[in-house]
Amino acid sequence: MATLAPTTPWTAGAKDDYRVCNVTTLKVDMHTERLIIANAVMAVVTLVLGGLFALLIALTRWQAIHLLDATWFYRLLTLHGIDMLVAWIVFFEMAGLHFGSTALLNARHAAPKLAWFGWILMTIGGLMVNGVVLFDAKSIVMFSAYVPLKAHPLFYLSYILFAVGALIQVITFFINIVVAKREGKVPGSLPLAVFGLMTAAILAVYTLLEGAAAVVPAFFWSLGWMQNYDPGIYRNFFWGFGHPAQQVNLAAMVSIWYMLAQMTVGIRPVNEKFSRLAFILYLFFINLGSAHHLLVDPGLSFAWKAVNTSYAMYLAVLGSMMHAFSIPAAMEIALRAKGFTKGLFGWLRNAPWGEPGFSGMVMSMILFGWVGGVTGVTIGTEQINMLAHNTLRLPGHFHATVVGGTTTAFMAFTYYVIPLIFRKELKLKSWAKWQPYVYGFGSLLVSLGMITSGLQGVSRRNWDITFAGVVPGTVDLTLAIFGIGALIAVTGGIMYVTIVLVSILTGPRVEPTQMLLLTGTHNPLLESTKLTDRDMELPKNQPKGTLVLVFAFLAWFAIYYLTNWWLLGRTWFIR
Amino acid sequence: MLAPERIWWKPLGRLEKTWLTVAFVWCIFLTLMMPLWYFMGKQNVPTETYKISGADFSAKVNAFVDQYKVGEETLNGVTFPVVAPPAGSDVYLRASAWQWYPILQLEVGKTYRLHLSSMDLQHGFSLQPVNINLQVLPGYDYVATIVPTSTGDFTVVCNEFCSLGHHTMVGKIIVK
Ligand code: HEM
Ligand SMILES: [Cu+2]
Ligand SMILES: [Cu+2]
Repeated sequence: MATLAPTTPWTAGAKDDYRVCNVTTLKVDMHTERLIIANAVMAVVTLVLGGLFALLIALTRWQAIHLLDATWFYRLLTLHGIDMLVAWIVFFEMAGLHFGSTALLNARHAAPKLAWFGWILMTIGGLMVNGVVLFDAKSIVMFSAYVPLKAHPLFYLSYILFAVGALIQVITFFINIVVAKREGKVPGSLPLAVFGLMTAAILAVYTLLEGAAAVVPAFFWSLGWMQNYDPGIYRNFFWGFGHPAQQVNLAAMVSIWYMLAQMTVGIRPVNEKFSRLAFILYLFFINLGSAHHLLVDPGLSFAWKAVNTSYAMYLAVLGSMMHAFSIPAAMEIALRAKGFTKGLFGWLRNAPWGEPGFSGMVMSMILFGWVGGVTGVTIGTEQINMLAHNTLRLPGHFHATVVGGTTTAFMAFTYYVIPLIFRKELKLKSWAKWQPYVYGFGSLLVSLGMITSGLQGVSRRNWDITFAGVVPGTVDLTLAIFGIGALIAVTGGIMYVTIVLVSILTGPRVEPTQMLLLTGTHNPLLESTKLTDRDMELPKNQPKGTLVLVFAFLAWFAIYYLTNWWLLGRTWFIR
Repeated sequence: MLAPERIWWKPLGRLEKTWLTVAFVWCIFLTLMMPLWYFMGKQNVPTETYKISGADFSAKVNAFVDQYKVGEETLNGVTFPVVAPPAGSDVYLRASAWQWYPILQLEVGKTYRLHLSSMDLQHGFSLQPVNINLQVLPGYDYVATIVPTSTGDFTVVCNEFCSLGHHTMVGKIIVK
């Protein structure tokens, strides 16, 4: 791609091959820049594939349209899961890790060659799995590939290549941090965002190792080197990988929330200890979450399921609830300190709603917390899971977390990566202003449509629910909500991809000059450093509005959660 | 994003403390609900499980069908035996791509020990419109002690992807 040619010559190994960003005042190592670009490009490529498949399968599940035949539906569903959940998100996170471990520390990339090797493995794995599933009907096994459903050996090999590649790139994150520390680039503690990314990186190592434990035997088994592979054990290992992988996404997304809040509103974390503690709760308690997916499996005791799913007393949930307070609170204080102190929500009215980094972050927080989090904790409750397991409520939940939440946040962040890292002017700015709303609203309808269909018993991963002859007429309505939401969300996705492509493929390379894209020339990032302790502590700057918001959230959470117990109590007795 | 001040270990503010306490209490409540329901609730996830080979399970299913068969019924072009076991007995439902075998006929308010297992792939037992969902694995005999509390014809949908005919895998339970 000619337009991406570096401006500084490639001198591998040179210690000071960097540029200074005049917006953030950060030093950017040219190796880092190229690695971020490579990972971001693959992320967008896989997002385009996954998004195309999303449109086609959504129009199939919308029973009134029922576009594809069964085989193509299951084939593209398999690829949608892989391209979105695995490829798009992980490639984007790799870009984030390179950024966090070098630019945010003013440090160099200490292992670019190793990182490139990882990127190549990931790219081969990601593209290969698409080929295998497209051309080999036996490999239509869904991304979870539950044993004893047997795919082509190359299917498992692609997974292994991708995972090893990811592991290698994650390892360069740690190498960078260690080298930066040793070279004196980090005099005190790591910045909060890097701390959060480090949580993600540690979780990623653990996750990828457990993934290997599930997939490597499956690879041997598909080659006939291993006779039996117990499906229960496979599920345990697979979700030991699959669920913590979502916590990697979570930690990365929350770090991006902190960054976007600082870049667009100029926050200073209210209490570093509080926020860091919340990340540490993720680290220690979230790994127990694989049980989520095994709650109605045979062979496991109540105690095992309940302890594991309760995250040792929901302490990871507590972590998220802490962030849910600390980020809006920090924004409230920063905005109040600018003089928007009227009433409980005057600061909210005066927030930069036209700035995609802000609106995208808010959309992401609302969808993630109010929809994804609440439904997730509810269906992850041992007994309630019986009502929800493998119904559309499941994809309804994770389309709120990973689509409305993570993807919206990543998209919003991209708009700043384009000027700051790609060093291209952001084009189609007015589209960028609306894109978070379009995409967020579409995702909301997708989620709600799926959840309400699932509540009526419609199962997930099912080409034609009318076979069963039991779906009530109201399902037509809820599936229509879902289908319309899908069209809107896909429109938002197309807007995003168009903005990104037009920006990076046209126009000359320009040095960035300002932080905000649409809402002014001031630089909130630098302003944030000027918030004094006094600003933070002034009574009129206290985050009372946020406290009201989080209590409203808790009320909604309680209503949804208790309603589900009530629903459970009305069904057949079972033990 | 930027490096923190050197000393960031500071006491929490009043609002933070409030929220942290409330959130923590809520988390404890979430945790306690599960054991509470386990001892008091009527709907709990079955845990009784035995390892069993497909052939052994199939033999039990056949013996069960021979013993309690009361008729036949056609479902999606295939004829299935209708089996009416006595209350309190062991009841078998066999999953294989893409059938639930046989059709069961139960009595409302009576207790049954429902055995679920698969002959081949993973399947999903999804009883509709009651909406009870359980995972069915090959090699495992999963025993659910159930009491139907409503009458009518119920459909057993397969809700775990079990290869290309997955959506055609539909069974039936009749409750009188
Ligand atoms: C444009 C927005 C999107 C739409 C309309 C959409 C639509 C769908 C549909 C219709 C399904 C199949 C549900 C079923 O039958 O079980 C699905 C599954 C799924 N989607 Fe999306 N999706 C979108 C975006 C995403 C994104 C961004 C991600 C991940 C980051 C994602 C991850 C998944 C996963 C993991 C599955 C489950 C696949 C499986 O069951 O094996 N989706 N999506
Ligand atoms: Cu099945
Ligand atoms: Cu199935």
